[in-house]
Amino acid sequence: MKIAIASGKGGTGKTLLSTNLAAWLALSQPVLLVDLDVEEPNDSIFINGKEESVTSFYTMVPEWKPRQCTLCGLCSEVCKFHAVIQLGDRIAVFDDLCHSCYACSELCPTGALPMRKFKSGEVRSLSSGNLRFVESRLEVGREQPVPLIRYTHELVDSRYSDVVIQIFDCPPGTSCPVVAAVGRADLVILVTEPTPFGLNDLKLAVDTMRILGKRCGVVINRQGVGNDSVIEYCKQERLPVIAGISFNRDIAGYYARGELAFDKIGTVAEALRQIMEFALTPVNDGI
Amino acid sequence: MMVYEVVILSGKGGTGKTSVAASLAVLAGSSAVVADCDVDAANMHLLLRPDFGRRYPFYGGELAVIDQERCNRCGLCADVCRFRAISLVNGRYTIQEPDCEGCGYCARVCPEQAIAMRDRLSGTVFVSAIRSGSTMVHARLAAGAENSGKLVARVRQEAREVADLSGLRLMLIDGAPGIGCPVISSLSGAHYVILVTEPSQPALHDLERIHRLIRNFRIPAGCIINKHDLDREKTAQIRDFLSLNQIDHLADIPYDERFTGAMIEEKTIVETESPAGQLLSRVWDLLQMKIINKT
Repeated sequence: MKIAIASGKGGTGKTLLSTNLAAWLALSQPVLLVDLDVEEPNDSIFINGKEESVTSFYTMVPEWKPRQCTLCGLCSEVCKFHAVIQLGDRIAVFDDLCHSCYACSELCPTGALPMRKFKSGEVRSLSSGNLRFVESRLEVGREQPVPLIRYTHELVDSRYSDVVIQIFDCPPGTSCPVVAAVGRADLVILVTEPTPFGLNDLKLAVDTMRILGKRCGVVINRQGVGNDSVIEYCKQERLPVIAGISFNRDIAGYYARGELAFDKIGTVAEALRQIMEFALTPVNDGI
Repeated sequence: MMVYEVVILSGKGGTGKTSVAASLAVLAGSSAVVADCDVDAANMHLLLRPDFGRRYPFYGGELAVIDQERCNRCGLCADVCRFRAISLVNGRYTIQEPDCEGCGYCARVCPEQAIAMRDRLSGTVFVSAIRSGSTMVHARLAAGAENSGKLVARVRQEAREVADLSGLRLMLIDGAPGIGCPVISSLSGAHYVILVTEPSQPALHDLERIHRLIRNFRIPAGCIINKHDLDREKTAQIRDFLSLNQIDHLADIPYDERFTGAMIEEKTIVETESPAGQLLSRVWDLLQMKIINKT
């Protein structure tokens, strides 16, 4: 079972829930945690383990070979991403703008733009008891998280298909990185907070999940700081509210120091139990 | 006349970017144009109450469309597509829209010229009057759309045009979390970055990464430590990081539930009586000095 933890708004508690859920489940069964917030991965702050492997992730970009080039200009004309531009008597390649479509490279009549590897990120695998942990990290300066996220899914499917419960910590937002990260998740847990910002972004996230046809449940973090509008919205939309975690400075404190909280704070443990109860309830009504 | 562009970023989400950006917008009144470049999950409108006065669709990127009448089923398009966006469905080569990156390779190689590249709707851009007496440019990403970087670039361009037309010298930009394409798009051409962080290990980790990105662009930066009293040890670590990297330390703002209270009333914290409001007023004073020195 693949469970994605997503949110729309950043800073609502995705990492808190993902890491605590994984560590708690690992007390009794094998579990896999995958950090797909590749721009700012944080799960490794909370999860320790023995490093099992580090895999570099490469995208392919063209490399200009001036000696073969006739300066016909076709490459610069075909590139829709302005990654290959003819500047006078040279061809400039902007690696970060390249989408690896190969058009310039394969259409070049003289083979002057062979593709080469370009490091875009790294995937680390760790292990600790029942817990398997995979972290994907985008190199700073790279614009596109999606290829790394897709690659991570493929890697997880090839290495960890035997682990029944898989938790995916997703990036914030509602566009392509989140769509790629929720991937083939059976269930998406949307973490929000009871504030106007939380509500606004929850609505956007729900719209995206509905387009993707995902089963969703909502967890309300920092209950008590705002108002009831999130609960009312969930009722109206028949979105199941799975759990609520009351605002508590101690939770913030453990989080700040990079420590797990489920073994110290009852409301966190209770929320985790409710999430798993929901996850394991047979589906009869999605969103 | 030069428009001084200030981008508010954080790396980590939920540290208070939008609350800070909207506060500065209110303090700036009619002197600054405002741009909400977090088009993925825009929130600034909830505090600045724009009138959505002018709107237009924005097409960013392209999408391949196959003319089935012309297609001779040779399959070359599917062979060259690196995104696996073309597959044979019921005997017809079909574009899987979410996977199409719009590179146009298939259209170039099709021997029957059966593939056309169409503009793809990326979202809607709004140019609004806001209650601070100024103009805000914001956007809504089309559901499921990609390419938020291009929409961000459009929002900034529109805001620049507004600034030019109205003779404004300051542009305040609320950025997205993370370090990817929408963030990079909001950074190019910026003169100053305000980083909003909080005293936690994850926020510090993310601050280090966003700072590396900003350094690549050689843009000077300042930092606001929000909720600084939640963990004094981490606050001290962040302060060390700031001085080591020559980042201006702009303010330490205490944790204050009035931020949420103000948000519920659709107001910014500077419109309430609060220490946080006073601290942000001081940040605004510092910012004005920077602008006077630079423009």
